[in-house]
Amino acid sequence: MTTESTTEKPKTKGFALLSPRAGAAFLTPAGLLVAVFVIAPFFWVIFVSFTNRTLLGRTALNPEFIGFGNYLTLFDFDNFFQRGQFGFSLILTVQFVLFSALLGQALLGLLLAWLIQTVPPTVKRITETFVIAAWILPEVVIGFAWFAFLDRDQGTLNMLLTSVGLPPGDFLLEHPFWVIVFFNTWRGAAFSMMLFNSAFSSIPPSYFQAADVAGASSWQKFKDIALPLIRGHIVTDLILITMWTFNTFTPFLLTNGGPSYRTELISIYNYRVAFRDFEFGKGAAVGVIIMLINLAFALVYLSLGRKKRKA
Amino acid sequence: MSNRLRALAFGLVGATAMAGPVFAVDLEITCRCVIGGVNSGTAQWIEESVIPAFVAANPGVNVKLNQFGGEDAQLTQQLALDFSTGAGPDVSAFDGFLIPSFVEGGLLKSLDEVAGPEVNDWTGWANLSDGSKALMLYQDKFYGIPLGTDVRMIYTRKDILAEAGVENADTWQPTSWNDILDAARKVKALKPDSFPIQLNAGVAMGEATTMQGYWLALLGTGEAVKDADGKWIVSSPGILDTLNLYKTIYVDEKLGDARAQLLADGRNRSFANFRDGVTALLLEGDYFYRSVTPEGSEFAVADRDNVMGWAKIPAQEPGKGIRGQDFVTISGGTGFVLNPATDAPKEAWALLSFMNEPAQLEAFQAIQPRITARTDVAIPNSPFLTETSQTLLPLTTARPNDPDYNAVSAEIQRMTESVVSGELSPEEAMAQYKASVTKIVGEENTVSL
Repeated sequence: MTTESTTEKPKTKGFALLSPRAGAAFLTPAGLLVAVFVIAPFFWVIFVSFTNRTLLGRTALNPEFIGFGNYLTLFDFDNFFQRGQFGFSLILTVQFVLFSALLGQALLGLLLAWLIQTVPPTVKRITETFVIAAWILPEVVIGFAWFAFLDRDQGTLNMLLTSVGLPPGDFLLEHPFWVIVFFNTWRGAAFSMMLFNSAFSSIPPSYFQAADVAGASSWQKFKDIALPLIRGHIVTDLILITMWTFNTFTPFLLTNGGPSYRTELISIYNYRVAFRDFEFGKGAAVGVIIMLINLAFALVYLSLGRKKRKA
Repeated sequence: MSNRLRALAFGLVGATAMAGPVFAVDLEITCRCVIGGVNSGTAQWIEESVIPAFVAANPGVNVKLNQFGGEDAQLTQQLALDFSTGAGPDVSAFDGFLIPSFVEGGLLKSLDEVAGPEVNDWTGWANLSDGSKALMLYQDKFYGIPLGTDVRMIYTRKDILAEAGVENADTWQPTSWNDILDAARKVKALKPDSFPIQLNAGVAMGEATTMQGYWLALLGTGEAVKDADGKWIVSSPGILDTLNLYKTIYVDEKLGDARAQLLADGRNRSFANFRDGVTALLLEGDYFYRSVTPEGSEFAVADRDNVMGWAKIPAQEPGKGIRGQDFVTISGGTGFVLNPATDAPKEAWALLSFMNEPAQLEAFQAIQPRITARTDVAIPNSPFLTETSQTLLPLTTARPNDPDYNAVSAEIQRMTESVVSGELSPEEAMAQYKASVTKIVGEENTVSL
């Protein structure tokens, strides 16, 4: 069998450093690790999602197979859209992605990237440093800093507001959704900015110089030259930040998913069901659904990449 | 393997085998206690009294105290996950009401199963009252040694009540919910920015919402969470009255600080409100007196002996409380349990029983007097505790000893939160509660009144 495959694919033979058997032997340890820590849990989660397993109580030791019971509970349309239920979290997450990733991060990143093309190099570098700092700081530090910034009684923001005569706000309780949208935009704009920045740099400067000679405004250059040339980058960026934002857990550090589940994104919902209510079966079902949604994103992303390569 | 390596390996194996008995045993003990922080007295007791004395009496055993500074529910979460994977401390503080759900989940084993039958020979068992034994008992087996029980009451700020013109502020004793609301309204009229009353609600406070809030109101309507036949009451006039009380306090008249019920650190905010005179009436357990407000604590009330009083919690109307009582209260209890997966069960049991000998408990009483589980430990010289326990223990109630209680309690917390946040009306919140509890316990175990 090994000889057959090597003769059929002479190309690979040219690059082979090891015999297929030795190669397989070297792959085995890694393969075993992947099997034990990735593939087995993957199927285990799918299996658990069909049981009513919990961590506490009778069903911890004697879970029962309940078929699609967990999925039916999640999609129970009597209370699907109620706060604290699966449907509410799903819709909230979609809104969160729309506002904070697509409108927030991508637009802000694009704007920043375009604006810093024309400023002096020092200003450009300083801007980049600050934006990237927001991106590379550890999540826990960021979460705490924002919590302290927004607190009603001792928060920095309210101190600033009152010092200029504006009324203080109770942001974390009264506008929790907009707080996490703003937070995530601030947090993630750096990635889009860097991506678009390098995309803009790849456009030959002569295009813009020619446009300058013709007297084009900045907006015209952006709309007619830059944007069409970086379309591929934009699609890549949108898909990546959509996936990341869809799965993000960091807003939990700001609002705990509350008040009253108003910021309970799907990842936070999953955490609550599995690790606060200890309903492993239902939690696993949520996990499987999230996995399927991510799979859809990933397929779109991969197919786009394939198209690009063909082109 | 070369001969030399082999010799070395055998040598090492031999040496470690010989050294085995000499190796020290390491024990870990966890409680939600931090010196200078939450439950400081417990931490101080274990660190300064229990550990030195135990280590002196048991050479070769090291004991380390993990001071857990998070919330109760977070410790529960950590213990549940640790015990399910065979990790965690050898001995841990534990709230008795969690025992059934942990036992049914296979996360706790009875003491004799963990440490052997000699557990039953411990002399201390004879000195525990039946009531306190029940705190750590499930299906006739002991899962831990109870430390003490508690009672709940209304704490008052006598200075504020007097200022607001409440009659007999020093000995104020309401006899109905309306008396409480009237007093709160008087304070609110005087100080519109204040939040005169604190009745715990919301998810963030965890079991403190159920025990120090919901139960205290519900018992006053003559109902409990389960009926006399052991069925969960999922829809009833009592639940509705209780939720309407919450609505009056937090939504309609803003007599309570709704933010403190919704924020993650809300319970501490409620303590701070009482300390700062923002709240004049606060429903809490004796824990609030002995552990939260003593001099030197974060929430110490200045001039406590003169400004802080207490009152019995009245039923909705006189005689309308559970068992026809005029006043109601509820008790829980805490103790310490053994990790079923401990590496050193004998030593862990030795530590657990050692802590619960009179000598150590008396040392604890010297640091922080409380209602003890053991009858042979001197009653602390604390007029407050003596008075409240003598008045309230005869009126008290206990939570159902049921593996589903914890999950139902979480639904209660959600129900109260949806009312105090103004999101749902009491009727809608109760309907949601009914649906959720029915899913947890099964329809045949529920009843609507």
